[in-house]
Amino acid sequence: MNYRAIGLAMIALLTGSAAAADGHDATLKEGRDADLTTARCSICHSTDYIPMNSVFLKQAGWDAEVHKMIKVMGAPIPEDEAQKIIAYLTQYYGVAQ
Amino acid sequence: MATRRALLMAAGGWVLGGTGALRLARAALPSGAADPQTLEAIAGKKPLIRRSGRPPNYECPAAYLGEAITPNDRFFVRWHLAHVPEVDARSWRLQVAGEAAGRSFELSLDQLRHEFEPVELIAVCQCAGNQRGLAEPHVPGVQWGPGAVGNAHWKGVRLKDILARAQVKADALEIAFEGADGPVLPATPDFTKSLPVWKALDENTLIAYEMNGSALPRWNGFPVRVIVPGWAATYWVKQLTEIHVLNQPLKSFWMNTAYRVPKGKFPVGDRFESQENETSTPVLEIDVNSVVSNVKAGQRFPARRPLTIQGVAWDSGGGIQQVDISLDGGQSWNPAKLGKDLGRYSFRPWHFTYTPERPGPGSVMARATSSRGAVQPQDWTSNPAGYHNNSLQKIDFAVI
Repeated sequence: MNYRAIGLAMIALLTGSAAAADGHDATLKEGRDADLTTARCSICHSTDYIPMNSVFLKQAGWDAEVHKMIKVMGAPIPEDEAQKIIAYLTQYYGVAQ
Repeated sequence: MATRRALLMAAGGWVLGGTGALRLARAALPSGAADPQTLEAIAGKKPLIRRSGRPPNYECPAAYLGEAITPNDRFFVRWHLAHVPEVDARSWRLQVAGEAAGRSFELSLDQLRHEFEPVELIAVCQCAGNQRGLAEPHVPGVQWGPGAVGNAHWKGVRLKDILARAQVKADALEIAFEGADGPVLPATPDFTKSLPVWKALDENTLIAYEMNGSALPRWNGFPVRVIVPGWAATYWVKQLTEIHVLNQPLKSFWMNTAYRVPKGKFPVGDRFESQENETSTPVLEIDVNSVVSNVKAGQRFPARRPLTIQGVAWDSGGGIQQVDISLDGGQSWNPAKLGKDLGRYSFRPWHFTYTPERPGPGSVMARATSSRGAVQPQDWTSNPAGYHNNSLQKIDFAVI
């Protein structure tokens, strides 16, 4: 499993985002840190997860989701980037507080 | 194991191999086929509702849930992790081992087919999160509508027959399952699941190599998957590669943290005691539920002409006793006619005919009752991950 996982991670990193290859990731709204959000989230999953959950998540909800990805799912996202991603998701895919 | 998986990936992982097919399939969609929900045909499937592309999560449109058996190319698709390899049936092996197994061995697909008694069973496969997207308040997760469910005629072997060969020891506690799928990053928890020994030894718990008379589609677990009739699809591990006989509870994010409900919030039926803790228990049985297959929200029907409403109903294995229909938002109910009984774990088709008398707004609700007396509730019982949503659904239409 490790060889495969490392190989896929390398593909993801080398291509900028593996997601760019599968056609499910070109949909995020333009805005500050949209590219960062796409690059980091799409290492492991297509960004269509974001609009799918956008109808109800507030800032606290997006914060919880991003930190779940880091702490539970092992996403390699430093905290300063996490804060930028949360701010982007809250502004463009969050509901009013 | 790592070596074989590396080879599987080299043979064409999802990220590399799926791309062309996906794009082609989407371009081939007839114009007008896509409604607000995005329809997309992935390799080997007819258009399904795309919830996420990678990992692939695709829902069966309700229109294809009107028949007792769900066609393979319309069967819903649900994966947790993005690496879903194309498994080569000839080199595939099922490894059986574990500290509570008297002996360990591996099986080829030919051995599985010929060295054990073949068994056939019709059973509903339903995601624990089915209807999550219809819940209020919303909870995060794949926002499934009513179509993360399907019913198929499975053929395979009894898990208990395989376990008999493994000489399960007296201290065996759980039977754990591992599939060929995996995460992109090594740090992501791999998808592993377990069953209590008593459920693994149930004569209806199968290792299936056929689905509706064909090999399983890749997206539904080719070459073999676990069949756990009555229990949520999270236990129906796909692309099965390993069975472990454990003498302690499986440590897995997907058992210990995910797929759980707060203790005491739902009626207790089956128990999985070794995975229970102080505050939560694993999701086990699916609930009595129904779906209307041939009425879409906003659809128009002519007045003074008979209208036949149809769909299916199911539960966790008691069988369906009755399905009632309401045309007035749940104030009054009338029994639907039940179709053929294909077994207690199967979809039960139903239909209901009436003649709308005058133009105006109309609505339909279906309410299933199991032979055990369980009835679909008006409201969903809120829980953090959005499970057990079998609440009544109302579809508004127009009579013209």
